Amino acid sequence: MNIDAPHEERETWRDFIAKALRNRSFVIGMVITITIVAMALLSFVWTPYDVTKLEIVNRLKKPGTTFIFGTDHFGRDMFSMIMVGARNSIAVAFVAVGIGLVIGVPLGTLAAAKKGWLEEILMRFNDLVFAFPALLSAVMITAIFGPGAINAIIAIGIFNIPVFARISRSAAMALWPREYVMAARVAGKSATRITIEHILPNIANLLIVQATIQFSLGILAEAGLSYVGLGTQPPMPSWGRMLFEAQTMMSFAPHMALFPGIAIIITVLGLNLLGDGLRDLLDPKLRRER
Amino acid sequence: MTYFLIRRFTSLLITLALATVVIFAVMEIVPGDPAQIILGIGATDETLAALRQQMGLDQPLITRYLQWVSGMLIGDFGTSYTYAVPVWELIAERTIVSLPLALIALALSTIIAIPTGIFAASWRGKAPDTGIMGLTQMGIAIPNFWFAMLMVYVFAVMFQLVPAGGFPGWQAGIFVALKSLILPAIALALPQAAILARVTRSALLESLGEDYIRTARAKGLTRSMVLWRHALRNALIPVLTIMGLQFAFLLAGTIIIENVFYLPGLGRLIFQAITQRDLIVVQSTVVLLVATVILINFLVDIAYAWVDPRLHAERS
Repeated sequence: MNIDAPHEERETWRDFIAKALRNRSFVIGMVITITIVAMALLSFVWTPYDVTKLEIVNRLKKPGTTFIFGTDHFGRDMFSMIMVGARNSIAVAFVAVGIGLVIGVPLGTLAAAKKGWLEEILMRFNDLVFAFPALLSAVMITAIFGPGAINAIIAIGIFNIPVFARISRSAAMALWPREYVMAARVAGKSATRITIEHILPNIANLLIVQATIQFSLGILAEAGLSYVGLGTQPPMPSWGRMLFEAQTMMSFAPHMALFPGIAIIITVLGLNLLGDGLRDLLDPKLRRER
Repeated sequence: MTYFLIRRFTSLLITLALATVVIFAVMEIVPGDPAQIILGIGATDETLAALRQQMGLDQPLITRYLQWVSGMLIGDFGTSYTYAVPVWELIAERTIVSLPLALIALALSTIIAIPTGIFAASWRGKAPDTGIMGLTQMGIAIPNFWFAMLMVYVFAVMFQLVPAGGFPGWQAGIFVALKSLILPAIALALPQAAILARVTRSALLESLGEDYIRTARAKGLTRSMVLWRHALRNALIPVLTIMGLQFAFLLAGTIIIENVFYLPGLGRLIFQAITQRDLIVVQSTVVLLVATVILINFLVDIAYAWVDPRLHAERS
């Protein structure tokens, strides 16, 4: 071995994947997430039964070989409905996280770069949005624009903005005094350019982890909103809505409440595990503390 | 400290003022004319105009905003459109359901979470720790309204130990009333307890890694003495912060849980008021909840700065 050769510190993709496969949280989380997403995608082309067709003959069938999760009070197959519902939960949570990222990250990094009044305004805005518990603002938004999936997305998305603004601001602030950022400033790069070229790539890890967490919170929030009738509207199946419909039939058809609930739990659990795993993998500092 | 207090108090007032502006503006966008809603579609233009004038709806926006805010400052929250009673009366009779509910839930979550977190931390990396952390992962993932439905099925439908829903009122006796709040409180407490247990554990582990712990160990204290005497006290700071934040979430969380149990609380009040287009009730209840959240955050910040002097020294 040549001692004079510089030690190769950078890990390759292969190293990373090998490390990822040894991380239990990451693997389990990833498998669950991929399964749920695949199920949602599959529902566009195939479901065991048609969820729009009401067959009263088959109503309230217990779980069995024909209908593995049973049927609801309209005779719709619960398994097919859960597949289609996954689509809806994922779409709402995904777009809501997107809103948070697209608006929150520029705001946060800009505040870190410019400081002064802009930062002050941003922090006040953050305080303000945090003062409205997500559910409350969702109720207000749907009160104005009426219930529906789009408004649920907006409501959850608004709550995500300060989350991402706060995290990207504090992460960016820690990077600004670093030598390589100084060097870039001396070289005459503008604050925007530094943010795009140097800050963003370095806070990306943190944002990915946070996005996973917000995604799982989004799934829970969407379920809650649909449950109280403010989210996705029938006839489009959604997990929260299915639970609402199951509530009055709890005493004679508990299976109607069981499966949508389990679907939510597994999805949220999968995303949280994925987030934990990603944090371990992307941020070695935190790993030691855990 | 004084500088920090003044600064923090100013930002409290600004946030409060902004929140009222936002809520007022939002309610202005809501379609529907309150006068029309009260009188119904058969009303003539003259009666509508008369009622609008009586309600002050013909005044400019700014005047109405100022009237609303100054009214609230002296405890006048306006009059409900649908019930024709003062809004504060409605809020008061709902608060005596929602507030105890949130408080019981907070107490439950604390009683469960802190010992669990300490236990997990003292078994760090061993089977009990792994098991508890797995359980808390589940607790975070379970939607509380779903858990509530399952509990209703088991305890109200199958064993008939508690009522499935509704609230008899405090005049029916404290125990009868508490009995109908216990399931909702457990449902609310569950995810909060899971989060709090995780926070307790990690805060404790973090303070166990500090230098003064090593010193304490070096001077001969046992592991458990160090944990109880030194580490726990310092770990409680972040735990208290999270508890303050959780109370706000609990208040908002009652919105959904009250729907599961048909409890006549603030959340149901907001819902009913929205469907009846009783906007003044929505507006005032939302302001009250938001103001509570802002106030709690403020108190937590103050408490935090008081306990940890580094914090306000840094900011000022």
